[in-house]
Amino acid sequence: MTASETIYQIKGLKKEYNGRMVVDIDLLEVQHGEMLALVGPSGAGKSTLLRLLNFLEPPSSGRIAYQGQTMKGDAPLAVRRQITTVFQRPVLMQSSVRDNVAFGLQLRGQSANGRVADLLARVGLTEFAKAAARKLSGGEMQRVALARALVIDPAVLLLDEPTANLDPYNIGLIEDIVRQHNREHGTTVILVTHNIFQAKRLADRVGFMLGGRLIELADTATFFESPGDPRTTAFVRGDMVY
Amino acid sequence: MNDLTRGLVQAAELILSGDPGLWQIILLSLRVSGVALVISTLLGVPIGAALGLSRVRARGLITALLYTGMGLPPVVVGLFVYLMLSRSGPFGVLDWLFAPSAMVTAQVIIAFPLVSGLTMTAVQSVDPALRLQVRSLGATRIQEVWTVLSEARIGVVVAIVAAFGSIISEVGAVMLVGGNIEGKTRVLTTAIVLNTRTGEFSLAIALGIILLALAFVANAAMLQLQGMSNVE
Repeated sequence: MTASETIYQIKGLKKEYNGRMVVDIDLLEVQHGEMLALVGPSGAGKSTLLRLLNFLEPPSSGRIAYQGQTMKGDAPLAVRRQITTVFQRPVLMQSSVRDNVAFGLQLRGQSANGRVADLLARVGLTEFAKAAARKLSGGEMQRVALARALVIDPAVLLLDEPTANLDPYNIGLIEDIVRQHNREHGTTVILVTHNIFQAKRLADRVGFMLGGRLIELADTATFFESPGDPRTTAFVRGDMVY
Repeated sequence: MNDLTRGLVQAAELILSGDPGLWQIILLSLRVSGVALVISTLLGVPIGAALGLSRVRARGLITALLYTGMGLPPVVVGLFVYLMLSRSGPFGVLDWLFAPSAMVTAQVIIAFPLVSGLTMTAVQSVDPALRLQVRSLGATRIQEVWTVLSEARIGVVVAIVAAFGSIISEVGAVMLVGGNIEGKTRVLTTAIVLNTRTGEFSLAIALGIILLALAFVANAAMLQLQGMSNVE
């Protein structure tokens, strides 16, 4: 992995809340354009890691380098605007579907029209463009949130359990959209999921987190067929009860 | 025909005829309360929003003071302003006593805690996850704050309407600092008191109907806005 292929390089990254270590990662490198899934039990620090990678909060210690540039504290706006997160619970504004999707473009002073219409068609919500976004179903709202994230064409798309509360139809639809966007745009995707089958379907590499630490990181086939760490084996087999 | 019925009939005639004396009172009431509302809004909304968005340690104390302010009896406010603006008071040099300026001052003190306190509550009720999501979408600090305020807009408007309803219908403060002077400081509420005492029931009833109508419109608007907020 050369420096130019690396979009994130994390070294000695720690995050503490009230004396409790939530993230403690010695080394993690994420490649441009890859789809990386992070799996693990609740409380493993996966969502916190995503917030750190989105530069929404600073680490307690350690460093995160983004495209070779070490970020200290707050990342510059130009960097933050290359990265976005779709959270487990879609948080939409009190406006129409169209206005919600266009929101990120408006923040950047960019005009909406064509790109918003394209994304609405891609997520299957063209007919709901003028509808009040908060009146949609849960799956539809999450598709709005995904369209809102993709319309700004981020270099990095962080997904924090985006399909946790959705039905199989919406899960499949969202996975297809994410996969397609990754292939067409080369967007780096980091997916936090409890669904190991989803990780298997989507990811190039899978990382297992436990107690804030990255226990194992391997290509998807190796991760599921011959994991190196017994804790990973137990998790993949469903033996890890928590 | 008793006093009430006679009064109602004559009140209808006064309102429909466009009596100049009646209109002078109505317009002064709207001017005094309108100016007080504008000042309270310009001060109260930003302060309320800042309190709603911040996590300063003193916020609890400030909130308690605001909530206390919401319950201030208007006549006590009037007494305070009277003492401040009287000739022997610290601001007596302004010569505002028994003039609309004093009435506006008193009503600003009454309205400000309502506007700022209810604005603070409206801002606090915006989903906390929204700020994180907005930042994740690349908002600057100002854009983040503006988005939260935009989401709280209905609550902010309710705060302003509630403050208007409160000051247009108060009598204690404006009576003390305005003096109820005909053609100068006589507003709807003080005129009702005077005309009831002097037996001019038709005029008092007319004024009461108008005041009720204004309060009703304000409260209906507030309920409509709250209904819109709940539907969303």
